[in-house]
Amino acid sequence: MNALLQMTGVRKTYDTGVVAVEALRGVDLTVAEGDFVAIMGPSGSGKSTLMHILGCLDVPSAGTYELSGVDVSHMTEAELADVRNRRIGFVFQQFNLLPSMTALRNVQLPLVYAGVSKAERHDRAMDALTRVGLADRVDHRPGELSGGQQQRVSVARALVTDPALILADEPTGNLDSVSTRDVLTLFHELHDAGRTIVLITHEADVAQEARRVVRITDGLLSEDAGVPA
Amino acid sequence: MSWSETFRTAIEALLGRRMRSLLTMLGILIGIAAVMLTVGLGEGARHQITAEINKLGSNLLIVMPGSSSASGQRTAGVQSLTLEDADTIADPLVAPDVAGVAPMMGTRVSVQHGTRDWASQVTGTTTDWPAVRARGLVDGRFFTEVEQASAAQVVVLGPTTAGNLFADSPAVGQEVVMSGQTFLVVGVLESVGASSMTNDDDTVVMPITTVAQRLVPPASARNLQAIYVAARDDAAISSAHQQITRALTVNHAKTAADPDFSIMTFQALLTAMNTMTSVLTTLLAGLAAISLVVGGIGVMNIMLVSVSERVREIGLRKALGATPALIRRQFLVEAGILGLLGGTLGVALGIAGAAILTPLLDLQVTVSLPATLLALAVSLGIGLIAGTYPAARAANLPPIDALRSE
Repeated sequence: MNALLQMTGVRKTYDTGVVAVEALRGVDLTVAEGDFVAIMGPSGSGKSTLMHILGCLDVPSAGTYELSGVDVSHMTEAELADVRNRRIGFVFQQFNLLPSMTALRNVQLPLVYAGVSKAERHDRAMDALTRVGLADRVDHRPGELSGGQQQRVSVARALVTDPALILADEPTGNLDSVSTRDVLTLFHELHDAGRTIVLITHEADVAQEARRVVRITDGLLSEDAGVPA
Repeated sequence: MSWSETFRTAIEALLGRRMRSLLTMLGILIGIAAVMLTVGLGEGARHQITAEINKLGSNLLIVMPGSSSASGQRTAGVQSLTLEDADTIADPLVAPDVAGVAPMMGTRVSVQHGTRDWASQVTGTTTDWPAVRARGLVDGRFFTEVEQASAAQVVVLGPTTAGNLFADSPAVGQEVVMSGQTFLVVGVLESVGASSMTNDDDTVVMPITTVAQRLVPPASARNLQAIYVAARDDAAISSAHQQITRALTVNHAKTAADPDFSIMTFQALLTAMNTMTSVLTTLLAGLAAISLVVGGIGVMNIMLVSVSERVREIGLRKALGATPALIRRQFLVEAGILGLLGGTLGVALGIAGAAILTPLLDLQVTVSLPATLLALAVSLGIGLIAGTYPAARAANLPPIDALRSE
């Protein structure tokens, strides 16, 4: 399988002015296309920093990060925005849906920034919402949906651009067990359909759902034995 | 992201905070309305002054006895103008730029008709007077050359005078009594309205010869209160002015530096008044413009608040692919809409205010199209300038900080 993500010697240092905090201390990580990887670690382990760099929301202080063979470690803000838009689909713990917009328009949002025409946006967002089982909720605002439904809307939003990578940051952190099951099933389905998923969590049972688990402690990675595919 | 999407998003954001958006616009609204009304009032005042002075005759020069010093003080009680002076000025060889001359010998009289009694101003003049003063008649005729030559006892009444003596019945053909003598009314003047300077509607016009022989003491029967001179046209005023000055200094054996007469033109008055109005308008509009600056600061303030409140939204939009330039554009468009909308409402308020003030002040408050367009451009500009800093802040928010904020 081809490597979709390749991190080599990635370091991230936050200069707080008094002391420099090293959140990542030389991370090497390769994720193959079509893989389902869980990154596990307690808070303060550098998990969030890793997620930010994986999601092109931040750039490493040292080392390289290649996404689909393109080095993104030295890109400008605008270039990174484009990479995020076209290659990465985010699923957040807080859902991060815009409360004033309907589910349909929330899902359309990444396509707006991609410059997709109105009619195509509508069709693709409808498809994505149908895919997550919310075809009958497209005109509801986030406030009118349950937590599980909201997270499914944000999965639809992550899917709609047909990204290379789906990056989920504690996607079940705010959900009850039924909704958690729901969302994880959705991830399995996406994985089975050939999507590459990186899931960041601190819950072991959620991490076990993935095909492969990577642990992060004090800014360094260690790998569990791979679950047989 | 297309511009129409940017506008849609901006309008939705403003509608989502309707009350706040309205209050923010209020500053710009009041500022624009205040500037428009001040400028409109100034413009209206200038028009009114110009119209009033044109009514008196913009090509008119008034020669008066007595010199006026640099400080504008006139030597009083000088009787230096005579009928000979009027004849000299009327000579086309002496003053080619003079089109008409009307000497004025005046006195206050009591005019009676039957039991009615009215104090008025006698204007003894020549047949040129209607042309020089640009006056017309509503009834009857002006006196003739023959009547002038024979010092006939005929009068032409001003409309106010006629109204007071005859009420609504026709005055022409009736007789009035002044200083115990009977005069025939041959005409009634058209009204020019009372201006702030004179009341030209209350007067009794008659041949200058009649006044000299019958109404003033023989000692002053040669002295004129003024000589009204019409220049060929507005452009000929200054050359006519020079020609009159030269002729009269020769007549009076005086030097141009020390004349015993003075010449007043309405052009000079018009210029002075317009300068004064402009200065006042500029000053007041400047004061009103300060409220625009305050309005702009209000927009900036609210946009900053809006950026802080929407840090999460900004972070999300960035995560989903919004570039810093798009985020900047988003907030600039919001601020621009606030400014332009405030300005539009301000223009509307200005136009409404002008419509209300015009009859109230009896002064045409002018709201011109260029002023309106300028006001709209200024309000848009204020919005954009006020939005620049908040928009830059939003654009430069790091996406991770933005997403992290609770």
